[in-house]
Amino acid sequence: MIFAGVSCAILVTMVLAIARAIKGPTVYDRLLAVNMFGTKTALLLAVIAFLFGRADFLDLALAYALINLVGVLAVLEFFQNRIDANGDASGD
Amino acid sequence: MIEGLHLFVDIVSWILLIIGSICVLIGGIGVLRMPDFYSRLHAASLTDTMATLALLSGMILQAGFSLAAAKLFAIMLFLLLTGPTATYALANSALLSGYKPKTDVLEKKVS
Amino acid sequence: MTIIFAIFLLTMLVITAVAIVQSSNLFVSVMLTSIFSLLMSINFFVLDAADVALTEAAVGAGITTVIFLSALALTATQEKPNSSGRGIALVVVGLTASLIIYATFDKPRLGDPNAPVHQHVAPYYLDNTMEQMGFPNVVTAVLSSYRGYDTLGEVFVVFAACIGVLFILDARTGTGPMYVARQMTGLRHHLIPQVVARILVPFIVLFGLYVQFHGEYGPGGGFQAGAIIATAFILYALIEGEQAALRAVPRSAQLGLVICGALLFGMVGVLCMIMGGEFLDYSVLMENPVTARQIGIIVIEAGVGMAVCGAMLSIFHAFAARSAGDTHETV
Repeated sequence: MIFAGVSCAILVTMVLAIARAIKGPTVYDRLLAVNMFGTKTALLLAVIAFLFGRADFLDLALAYALINLVGVLAVLEFFQNRIDANGDASGD
Repeated sequence: MIEGLHLFVDIVSWILLIIGSICVLIGGIGVLRMPDFYSRLHAASLTDTMATLALLSGMILQAGFSLAAAKLFAIMLFLLLTGPTATYALANSALLSGYKPKTDVLEKKVS
Repeated sequence: MTIIFAIFLLTMLVITAVAIVQSSNLFVSVMLTSIFSLLMSINFFVLDAADVALTEAAVGAGITTVIFLSALALTATQEKPNSSGRGIALVVVGLTASLIIYATFDKPRLGDPNAPVHQHVAPYYLDNTMEQMGFPNVVTAVLSSYRGYDTLGEVFVVFAACIGVLFILDARTGTGPMYVARQMTGLRHHLIPQVVARILVPFIVLFGLYVQFHGEYGPGGGFQAGAIIATAFILYALIEGEQAALRAVPRSAQLGLVICGALLFGMVGVLCMIMGGEFLDYSVLMENPVTARQIGIIVIEAGVGMAVCGAMLSIFHAFAARSAGDTHETV
């Protein structure tokens, strides 16, 4: 019961994150939204694994927590290289 | 006495879970409504750290001493390690590419 | 409860898909595609398909985003304007979509145990996995043993894709002047990500190995493990620079991993034939057929993991070398 409420709260936050990803005027806003979505996904997976009583599904949340960082750092690296090459932050 | 202990642990974990949900919602609303990228970053980092701590501690208390609790502890550790790093990298990258924090919003409201 | 999840997740999927198509800036589309992969991963999880969810999370949200971005770095970031033929496309898609929606009215309820698709071989696999293989994860049993040919085909498809990308990107193993690559200075001089990444890389590799060997008892297996280990090495390359990463896992090692992985899988099949059974019939490898099947599955999962890891690393380094070379185009 309480886990259902917690997962609803996390789902609402994910909707808000998607709204920011679609709306965000700068690219960093979108990147922020993607990072936040990733960490909420890891939390949601952990909560749902508890909710359904399958404790061996927690591996997915752990995998996701580790992989989220690499995605964000890769995008930042890409963006930094573009700025170095072009001299401006052109993307929106 | 053991019954009371179980009840106490249950209540504490419920309180932690409720605190965690409230933090996640507040952070999400903050990301949507704040006027500037850096304030939004601050709001998102609230969900990364505070909500992770509260929600996963609540779930660890519910799980008791088991493999699931150890896995949850590992998840908490890695989320707490990588969340602030991503926040730092984002803020640093934004600052280096020229986005200055907006400092005139409050002044506009006051005057 | 599942209804609430379904409503939220599927609505978010539709919104994200519309946003991906509407945006004309490809960088935004790539970020939204990453969100889409995560949503699909949660969907699979809610539908109780944990192996697929792990693969989608590891491959879709981690590696695919990195590779899309590397491809964007070599091409443009704005979509080319294309305004012809949209009316006809809309009509065709609308017609096909209405036909498909009409066809779903006759579909049995999702997960219905009496549906025809669950009556043919599925009960056989569910009943016989524990006694024939000795471990509980039916997905791994079906993937590696009951449908082993399909997995062999998948490994060779990964191998072919890796070779195809390497040909397109014209990745040579030279040390000519074009590859005196500019050091990736983006993140290397930032202390905090460097420290954290140095702590994380061994743990990610360890977790990848855990997923690889634990695939018979829980969600996991070769594909997921290969993607996770490749992610660890990509993190190392992002933080320490490409030269250091190429010293750690040189080009020959990357290609060697791909080739040896695919070969290993094939050789196990041939070995089974030599020992008297059919191709990929593991039960002839040892006296006890249950143990023999477990040994066979462990070896081919290792082959799959090696092939996937090597393919992802080769593709990443091919893109990175190409984009570094482009900025020194006059050399």
